[in-house]
Amino acid sequence: MARMSLDLTVNGERRKVDVDTRTTVLDLLREQLGLTGSKKGCDHGQCGACTVLVAGRRVLGCLVLAVTLEGAEVTTVEGLADGDDLHPVQRAFLDADAFQCGYCTPGQLCSAVGMLREVGEGWPSVVTPPGATVSVSSLGPDEVRERMSGNLCRCGAYVNIVPAVLAARR
Amino acid sequence: MTVTDRRTPVRGGVGTSAPRPDGVAKVAGRFAFSSDLFADGMVWGHVLRSPYPSARIRRIDVGPALAIAGVHAVVTASDVPGVNAYGLEHTDQPVFAEDVVRFTGEAVAAIAADHPETARRAAAAVVVEYEPLEPLVDAEAAITAAPIHPDGNVFAHLLISHGDPAATGDVVVEGTYEVGMQDQAFMGPESGLAIPADDGGVDLHMSTQWLHVDRDQVASALALPPGLVRMTLAGVGGAFGAREDVSLQVHICLLALHTGRPVKMVFSREESFLGHVHRHPCRMAYRHHATRDGRLVKVEARMVFDGGAYASTSGPVLTNACCFAAGPYAVPNAVVEGWAVRTNNPPCGAMRGFGAVQACFAHESQMDKLAAALGMDPVELRLRNAMQTGDRLITGQLISGTAPVAELIRTCSAAPLPPQDPAPDPMARPGGSGRSADPDRVRRGVGFAVSIKNLMYSAGFDDFSTARVRLADGAATVTCAAAEVGQGFVTLAQQIVREVLQVEDVVISAADTSSIASAGSTSASRQTWMSGGAVEGAARAVLRRREAGETGEIEETYEHHHKPTTPLGADGQGDAHVSYVFAAHRAVVDVDLDLGLVRVVEIATSQDVGRVMNPVQVTGQIEGGIAQGVGLAVMEEIVMDGGLVRNASFTDYLIPTALDMPEVTVAALIEQPEPGAPFGAKGVGEPPTISSSAAVAAAVRDATGLDLPRIPIRPQDIALAGS
Ligand code: FES
Ligand code: FES
Repeated sequence: MARMSLDLTVNGERRKVDVDTRTTVLDLLREQLGLTGSKKGCDHGQCGACTVLVAGRRVLGCLVLAVTLEGAEVTTVEGLADGDDLHPVQRAFLDADAFQCGYCTPGQLCSAVGMLREVGEGWPSVVTPPGATVSVSSLGPDEVRERMSGNLCRCGAYVNIVPAVLAARR
Repeated sequence: MTVTDRRTPVRGGVGTSAPRPDGVAKVAGRFAFSSDLFADGMVWGHVLRSPYPSARIRRIDVGPALAIAGVHAVVTASDVPGVNAYGLEHTDQPVFAEDVVRFTGEAVAAIAADHPETARRAAAAVVVEYEPLEPLVDAEAAITAAPIHPDGNVFAHLLISHGDPAATGDVVVEGTYEVGMQDQAFMGPESGLAIPADDGGVDLHMSTQWLHVDRDQVASALALPPGLVRMTLAGVGGAFGAREDVSLQVHICLLALHTGRPVKMVFSREESFLGHVHRHPCRMAYRHHATRDGRLVKVEARMVFDGGAYASTSGPVLTNACCFAAGPYAVPNAVVEGWAVRTNNPPCGAMRGFGAVQACFAHESQMDKLAAALGMDPVELRLRNAMQTGDRLITGQLISGTAPVAELIRTCSAAPLPPQDPAPDPMARPGGSGRSADPDRVRRGVGFAVSIKNLMYSAGFDDFSTARVRLADGAATVTCAAAEVGQGFVTLAQQIVREVLQVEDVVISAADTSSIASAGSTSASRQTWMSGGAVEGAARAVLRRREAGETGEIEETYEHHHKPTTPLGADGQGDAHVSYVFAAHRAVVDVDLDLGLVRVVEIATSQDVGRVMNPVQVTGQIEGGIAQGVGLAVMEEIVMDGGLVRNASFTDYLIPTALDMPEVTVAALIEQPEPGAPFGAKGVGEPPTISSSAAVAAAVRDATGLDLPRIPIRPQDIALAGS
């Protein structure tokens, strides 16, 4: 069983870790770094509960091997807030009651943060009309639903998640 | 009990959208779910499961597993010190299979090892010699087949005979309906942490729906006095009924006692699909009789529910299905026969709606058929027969509480229909991003359904909840073992105490079995009434002492019971239920006739809530319940094949995403305070799931003209109909 040492930044903190090369980012975070905020709903890339940000882009922590993250900057749900100051997306989820059990929530939050950045950079989605440009300010519910459709919520809080994401733009 | 309309002076009291006390921790990633727990020296548990639906176990050799480095223990049936069985209603499910396995996924052995992967490898190394047997997978056949368990194949057989069984109507419609096996599919798989204690007992931290009955089942299997099994509720990642039964509780406690170490176990998604009960699949044959002007004369039904290998709550599920077989209508005569049987399919038990979901699909399909036969508007037919206070259920029980069925039907059906875009965005067509649909072959349909369900446990069960309230230094602390599963009980408990004691600062302490007696289960939409009532009772007792002039710390414990019920008699008559809750749903769908794809455009709903305790949370329950109802109508089914589960993953068992979720219009929340209910409030969690499935199915029929007697409605049911 091969091991590798790895240097990465997690929520702004430099971490040096020794990992079994088969370890996923999700297991590294949860089991080795004690960051249990990111959740495992399936471990197979099917539910989105493990969504974290790598260099600001959303990835599924259960599908990325930790060893691919040498030098990378990882942000998890624990790193979204600035101290006690919640991230606008976290605030918006609270205000809109965009969760019940909260198990999908860390993934929803990271996904929303990454998604808003993608939109800010003009990435079209499958529902963006051909040739149209997208922007954060013109984002509508259909775009949010499409772009957040990889994050399952069995409590069915979608009706509140979509407006929460839209409200968080301000 | 007090029902007040005045504005609450204290912030966050009853009737306000008080925020969840655990909300900030949940969005900050600090809320500890059971899968997040950790203890020093902890090892990992894993369960070896049967690959066969039915087989004799010839031999088990755990030697090769024990020989693997890092393996601390391997336990089987012979290591269970107490009763090798558990179960909510009947103790018929082995902790570990002994001589036979009765379903795919049945536990055979459990392993503790230094790493979850070591434990998995060790499980694969256990040698089990099986002699596969022909599985019994047909529920109808199970009634008369040779028993596959010493307790027999029939969990429950119920007959209801109401009024004149020979009565007939001018117009008769018949139908046979089926409901597939739905999974609760909560996002946080089963997990727990068991820590052995110096006194020979064990501390179990677990996500569950009912701490005290888990504790009793664990204690009996471990041959420990209940006091030595101490359970604490760990964060619950959704429940929906699937956490009512014991899953891994006994296994990890046994491993902890064997190894002398803390043991943690977390199910994979596949294990979760195999390791908990599902919603009963069933077949229901109906005959409705009515007068020519649309008055129901008689309902006849025969229902067969497949309970799978072990009893779980099959009996009460069937009782519900039979009691509500005729729906929320005044029906003078009824003959209902129900069976819940044992097969080699996965065990079935509680899921949101608990028997009422299946019955609702059938009785509402029948109401539409009857309306068509009468040439009458389906909403008008329902209004004409709507149950009201003073009517009787087909069990003869008087509906003494509120029953605003007509109001629900009127308000829900009056909601404006969503506009039909003459040039719809191709992305808004059925199938979402599938651009292959021919717009001329997309049809819109509208369907309507109404439901009834009981609140709380029924049929003579002495249901109660216990709560303690302590007032000190202007702040209150609530202790109650009610399981918060995301439904918001902790919010409600704060609101009630604020309202009664007029203090804003209310702390909810951890739910466990050591500090207080049972709160009962978080199921049957009962915690608002039962534990809400216990919290209110304790707070009022504190208030009385404060008003009598006591200062300093005041603490009171209160046990809340609802009015007694009785089991049904031999003719299915009796006062089995405490209270009822009603809802109406109208679904609007677009259906692609060629591809068989359905887009649920909108669900309008009216719900009977007694009183709105927390507007935001009530709406959240309604939306979430509708998501699961829509899922059952057009997406969700555990596909069984000769006793094997074919789709135990989120790639193959699809649940609604944000794209599948329809718009939800809450047309009305009918507030008629329920006599006997704390603050007049009825539970709100289940009704949204019950009639939403039936409404969607009706809407798809309206769009396609097809019969569609089975849910979920699959694309092939539409696209290949008639071919
Ligand atoms: S846990 Fe990674 S997608 Fe489900
Ligand atoms: S809040 Fe429970 S799964 Fe989303």
